[in-house]
Amino acid sequence: MSTLNPTIDHADHADHGGHGHDHAHKQSFISQYVFSTDHKMIGKQFLITTLLMMMVGGGLALAVRWQLARPWERMPIFGDTVFGADGGQISPDAYTMLFTMHATVMIFLVIIPVLAGAFGNFLIPLQIGADDMAFPTLNMLSYWFMWPAIFLFGASFFMYGGGPAAGWTSYPLLSLLREAAPGSGDAQTLWLLGLTFVGVSSMMGSVNYMTTIINMRAPGMTLFRMPLTIWSMFITAILQAFALPVLTAAGFMMVADRLLGTCFFVPSGIVVNNAPPTVGGGQTLLWQHLFWFYSHPAVYIMLLPAMGMVSDMLACMCRKPVFGYKPMVYSMAAIAGLGFIVWGHHMFISGMNPALGMTFMVSTIMIALPSAIKTFNWIGTIWGGRVQFNTVMLYCIAFVSMFIIGGLSGIFMAAVPVDIYIHDTYFIVAHFHYVIFGATLFGVFGAIQFWFPKMYGRMMNETVGKIHFVLTFIGFNCTFYPMHMLGIAGMPRRYADPYHFPYLEHLLPLNQFMTASAFLMGMAQFLLLGNFFYSMYFGPKCGRNPWGANGLEWTAPSPPGHGNFDVLPIVYHGPYEYGSPVSGDKDFLMQTEYVPLAQRVAAEEHH
Amino acid sequence: MHWWFPGDGNAYSTLGGKIDDLFYLILVIVSVTFVGTSAALGYALWRGAAIKADEKVWFSHGSHSLEVIWTIVPSAVLLFIALYQLDVWAEYRMKGFAKEKDGSPKIITVVAEVTARQFEWRIRYPANGKPLKPTPQPDDIYSVNELHVPTGGLVSITLRTDDVQHAFFVPMLRVKQDAVPGKMIPVWFDATMPGNYEMLCAELCGWGHYKMKAMLVAQSADDFEAWKDKASAEQFDDGYRKPAE
Ligand code: HEM
Ligand SMILES: [Cu+2]
Ligand SMILES: [Cu+2]
Repeated sequence: MSTLNPTIDHADHADHGGHGHDHAHKQSFISQYVFSTDHKMIGKQFLITTLLMMMVGGGLALAVRWQLARPWERMPIFGDTVFGADGGQISPDAYTMLFTMHATVMIFLVIIPVLAGAFGNFLIPLQIGADDMAFPTLNMLSYWFMWPAIFLFGASFFMYGGGPAAGWTSYPLLSLLREAAPGSGDAQTLWLLGLTFVGVSSMMGSVNYMTTIINMRAPGMTLFRMPLTIWSMFITAILQAFALPVLTAAGFMMVADRLLGTCFFVPSGIVVNNAPPTVGGGQTLLWQHLFWFYSHPAVYIMLLPAMGMVSDMLACMCRKPVFGYKPMVYSMAAIAGLGFIVWGHHMFISGMNPALGMTFMVSTIMIALPSAIKTFNWIGTIWGGRVQFNTVMLYCIAFVSMFIIGGLSGIFMAAVPVDIYIHDTYFIVAHFHYVIFGATLFGVFGAIQFWFPKMYGRMMNETVGKIHFVLTFIGFNCTFYPMHMLGIAGMPRRYADPYHFPYLEHLLPLNQFMTASAFLMGMAQFLLLGNFFYSMYFGPKCGRNPWGANGLEWTAPSPPGHGNFDVLPIVYHGPYEYGSPVSGDKDFLMQTEYVPLAQRVAAEEHH
Repeated sequence: MHWWFPGDGNAYSTLGGKIDDLFYLILVIVSVTFVGTSAALGYALWRGAAIKADEKVWFSHGSHSLEVIWTIVPSAVLLFIALYQLDVWAEYRMKGFAKEKDGSPKIITVVAEVTARQFEWRIRYPANGKPLKPTPQPDDIYSVNELHVPTGGLVSITLRTDDVQHAFFVPMLRVKQDAVPGKMIPVWFDATMPGNYEMLCAELCGWGHYKMKAMLVAQSADDFEAWKDKASAEQFDDGYRKPAE
């Protein structure tokens, strides 16, 4: 039996029969912690980097919020050092740079890499029963390609004129012509190059994930026995592979326009800031099409993995199978497929052919359908379960309920006529923070708490986790829910000072409340960091399977050694057999656990 | 506190009224969905917390009929939302190009050319009784950050930009349209009541994006003509007055 069930007591001395891995082979500090090719180390590197970047992006956001609550006032603490030349206040120029870099950092250095880079890397080999990724060196490079990007984004602030200031969407001509804005000088070129590095990093990851998932599954791990996390990572990788080249090409086209004088995006006869008229024959709308052709699928790249991980965690914390496993897979595939034909919903009023707007509207509204199906299935998963109200579960509940709000607000915007009014207002800002922060990031917080024991062999603190949850949840909703109201009141996004418009004057107190909530939420993140780093060294040690979960990763030691498994796992079940009648007196049935036929029949008859 | 649509909450254009109706319709559908799903979620959690130690969980991998129901019902609702509003969009952005019912081409007066630039709005009107020409004419009338339009019936403006992208936004009328470099975009709307409506830029255009503050002045057709005469007289006034006899 020991070879069939490596999870329990035999696993630790599983070096019989020639299975023993060479645990002892020594690695230098550099190759173990820095230029590591071990997917677990790379995953952790991604995780810690993205958590730190989250604090940077959060700091930028708080500066934006400061301006909206106390426009033109001297900023506390950092004002005099950072904005000394402007008397410590945020100049309108600096304001545009702040929100541009906030979004850039959060999207390209936090959300995308934390999902695919950190959890994708850590979980894929462990959950499919492989000893590492298909291409370990490529994997290492995918992490190290983040650093040039971080460096380029950071360096862009020190260019003459300051950081990039054309928004994360970088619409030309504002982003393209040097004269258009101080930030559109060299800073914008660095931004574009940074973006390319992020892209290359994602692409290396995506190729690796696809290959690994297709080729390296353990015996018995059929496609429909894969955890939904793996499905989501697989679908995300495919999305990346098809969408990213378009953005990369667009980025190079813009760099060429800026440096080589090509005119992909530059029409002729434009006079910016009294510069000589442009020559050209390009189309600015082309950029928007290319950009959103990537960036709409990218919003699902920023969501699907979290959906997968939350499904895993929900089943485990409700001690019952995921409801509708296959519909879950199909709806993720549908989201990915439809995701390629809805990009135009960001361009309803951009001046593209209005007839196109109609088709994009129908496809966009229909993409809400698979999202709805998934939501119903999550509720079905919780229904009738034995809910463990721990930190992980709390985050999963937040994920589902915040996703409901974010998905529903999408319907207003998908309705073209309504979007005429709410496009480029705070309603949009509310929407995407509900889906990206409310759903994805809460899912990630849950996932950190859930897989931390596997990463470091220790548990994170529950009490601190719950306090972090409560503060973040309250802070989040008090910051972002009112943004719907601001949007309906007609407050445009990206305004350094909305209050000098009489019809927006009365929104100042509401904005001040939101800023206060945002600061509360920002401070709460130190609890997460503290909990994370403290538990890494001082958390209570845990065994292989602290949650009583089914996945293959829980059969490996915590933390798994080089090569992950001491015994090659063999898979007999799907990943969600919680509370199964054949599992005996446990309420879970690990994927590696073989149940003899007689026992299965007996359980069947018993029912 | 007043955290709803700007002003008294009403839209001052026909299209705006329709947009608001759609908004409220979606709001109702969405609220019902939100309350329904949240109640289900809350109930499931409450039961999950109360489950007894000896009670078994509901060991179920899903239900085919439930999946069918919750695929068909939302898709019907979503399709309804999608198709129901196509017409409003067609009205707003497409029928202006089309013909009247009797086959004659539809005529909407173009009142002005609105040119956005960093960071102001420049507006050019044809002289009274003349149509707007694509190129400036000697007797054109100009104004900055103040767009005058007649009430009663659709009017059209030609939207352009001199430099980067901007967007023409009049919240009280629920009108918005990007101004795209190299393009002249017709925007048509009506103002149902005379009045002053705030007008601003809705597409990031640089550091001064937030300060493209302007006013749309809707006047009765007569007042509009009178204003144009007055503006024209002021503009072409060279200060020469006949000496007193
Ligand atoms: C339920 C399905 C969804 C629908 C119907 C929907 C619809 C839309 C629409 C129509 C817009 C454009 C609004 C405008 O600019 O006027 C938009 C913007 C956006 N959505 Fe969604 N969305 C959905 C889900 C999501 C998800 C799951 C995410 C991310 C995880 C997301 C992230 C975003 C972002 C980041 C933007 C704004 C980008 C920007 O302008 O900066 N959306 N959504
Ligand atoms: Cu989108
Ligand atoms: Cu602007």
